[in-house]
Amino acid sequence: MRLDGCLNWHDPRGFAQAVVKRSKEGARFCGLFASPGAAGTRLLAVLSKAGRLLTEATWVPEGAGGFPALTPAVPSAAWYEREIRDLFGLEPFGHPRADPLVLPLRPGTPAPRPGSGKPAAPAELDPSPLPSHVQGEGVFTLPYGPVRSGVFESVEYLIETPGERIAHLRARVFYKHRGMEARFAGLSLADGALLAERYEGVASVAHAIAYCSALESAAGAQVPPAAELVRVLHAELERVANHLGSVLRHTEGAGQAVANARIAVHKERLQRLRADLSGSRFGRGAVVPGGVVGPPLQGGAAVLGALDRLEKGIREDLDLLMATPSFVDRLRGTGVVPPELARERAAVGPVGRGSGQGEDLRSTRPYAAYARLGRLDVQERSSGDALARQLVRADEIADAFHLCRQALDELEALGPQPAGGWSVDLGPVNGEALGWAEAPQGELLYLVSAEDGRLVRVKPRSASFHNLALFMAAFPTDIFTDFVFIEASFDLSIAGVAG
Amino acid sequence: MPWATRGLREGIVTTPYPRYPDGYGRLFKGYVVCEERATGAEVAVAAATCPTGAIEVGAGGARLDRGRCVLCGRCCKVAPRWFHFEPGFETAALARPALVVPGREPDDVEVARAREQLRRRVKALRRSLYLRHVDAGSDGSEEWELAALTGPIYDVQRLGIFFTASPRHADVLLVTGVGTAGMLAPLRLTYDAMPSPKVVIAVGTDAVSGGLAGGTYASGKGVAGVVPVDVFVPGSPPSPFSILHGILLAVGLVRQPPAERAALRAAVEVMKKGGAAS
Repeated sequence: MRLDGCLNWHDPRGFAQAVVKRSKEGARFCGLFASPGAAGTRLLAVLSKAGRLLTEATWVPEGAGGFPALTPAVPSAAWYEREIRDLFGLEPFGHPRADPLVLPLRPGTPAPRPGSGKPAAPAELDPSPLPSHVQGEGVFTLPYGPVRSGVFESVEYLIETPGERIAHLRARVFYKHRGMEARFAGLSLADGALLAERYEGVASVAHAIAYCSALESAAGAQVPPAAELVRVLHAELERVANHLGSVLRHTEGAGQAVANARIAVHKERLQRLRADLSGSRFGRGAVVPGGVVGPPLQGGAAVLGALDRLEKGIREDLDLLMATPSFVDRLRGTGVVPPELARERAAVGPVGRGSGQGEDLRSTRPYAAYARLGRLDVQERSSGDALARQLVRADEIADAFHLCRQALDELEALGPQPAGGWSVDLGPVNGEALGWAEAPQGELLYLVSAEDGRLVRVKPRSASFHNLALFMAAFPTDIFTDFVFIEASFDLSIAGVAG
Repeated sequence: MPWATRGLREGIVTTPYPRYPDGYGRLFKGYVVCEERATGAEVAVAAATCPTGAIEVGAGGARLDRGRCVLCGRCCKVAPRWFHFEPGFETAALARPALVVPGREPDDVEVARAREQLRRRVKALRRSLYLRHVDAGSDGSEEWELAALTGPIYDVQRLGIFFTASPRHADVLLVTGVGTAGMLAPLRLTYDAMPSPKVVIAVGTDAVSGGLAGGTYASGKGVAGVVPVDVFVPGSPPSPFSILHGILLAVGLVRQPPAERAALRAAVEVMKKGGAAS
């Protein structure tokens, strides 16, 4: 969606009122993004309603020091305002708890302001601990991370507890902050695609699609139909791989050794299939601005046969797993996110769909070839526990295979030299646009602006960033041993949160 | 009960590597080869188009730094005469300069020396090996590939290799990621907590050189400046096979290539005659 001329402008106070009003009218809050400009900093709030994106904007003039916070009325804005405070040095006035999030700078050092065109000095961090939320006799804070047991991404969870119950959870995500937004600035469009793939490495294809579709909107270009099909193919295989990754963490936590081994074999075979089709186990390099690099590297009966075998194996093992009481009992009633809370925090992806908060961009704001492909029913669940999220993922795996098969069939019908080719030339792109994709973790947004074919500002917003704030509230009655399942069922990518 | 039979369904799926070559691994799109004395306009274009500046054009021909390469394949497209993909996964190296190809003889000598020093240091580690992983700002994909090592297909436990939670029990530190400002202290603390002898493996192009993501206000250009790296495993991300190769290389379970042995012999000859080795 091209943004130039489509923004509803307000003064800072009117901006907050407009966003709150939209939110009260039932629009889902998707994010709040800052961009540096000549006259200060522009704030852009994005909301979604009935398949349309609403964009409200305001200028925070230089010297204002901050802006009226949205968080008191729109709780899902909390983390966005903390991020803007860290990266742009703007104070969200009235924020209930504006602690540092992605970059706890030493007081007095300047904020990096990515996209301002000026390189930022190396950050000096002040990682001193934050005050705990819960007070009381016997309540203490158990730090878990950033170096955790096992192969995990670095994040620190602070579990406030009287002993076994998780009374409150906080997360410190800054350890992994790489300053990716600053890295995008000044890159060529093609290099930007490679960097987008590495923003959240487990969802490389979704990131490349969202980034490229923003550029394509800015350029007013139409991607060839064959390229749209190839994008669907790679993206759906990525979804299956991520969902299997989530299942693996569950089976590991539940001590289901055979199931764990079986799922690990399926996942490895899938990664190899992805490498056979795209040249990369993570589908990297397949999606380029304007289309795709080419057809799948293999096609025909061999690939369809491999897909069938893989799907059959996964389905049989998932069916058995979901009928294994010692496994299901660990998930049922664990980490409950009631639908009201999911709505209030605007949950996205399988986490949202497990709590009756359904938006799936492939249906509501279709991109690539999704509008013309048939979908299987992904049943929305409302129990909001880890089990509901897992059942949604099982449905999505079946749906993903269904989509892959259709994409392959249609590609076969288009032949080796499809009309329109595999990509279009975008030329020197000028302008600003929003792109999106339904990543395995949920709604992924890209705010991209370019000048003469060079990137000025790129702001990715991963589903994990949006959902991690909700994760903190997903422990209403849970104890330490539930943690692993709740974390696995949220399937958060910390790289995508920290940026 | 149903799981017991389910587990037996497919027989053995584990790779025969390293005892025997793995048929699949040999077909893997592994690394980019840069021909000797690569020159000309095409090579200059390839160098300019490389997203990480991994190609250096010099008088004796261009050289490619595999430690920076993210395997995007642009050079292979614009200068196919000089650059091409080679299948295989044994990409790890014992010295940073050895990742720059075509190789130079002094690099072989440096690798041979590093190998000898490492061999002496890790003598006691051969029977079993405990790994500790630290993410210092990865994109998350390296963690998937590391986790795959414990699955049935790679099954590193069969080789006496295990992941451990505590750095106190660890022999090998696997580091992924560019080396972010936030992870410098935790990474260093983990390294210091490990008992000697210890080995550090930089896993992935990000950890080796910063790759595409490194070099901002909050990220470094690899982790070698934070902890002393012994083995460099390039790849964005490296496949599980490549990581396994790196681990085996660290403990001397991979044979020394003949070229390296010859280079070391030649260097020793030079030293005996009283000249400089490099």
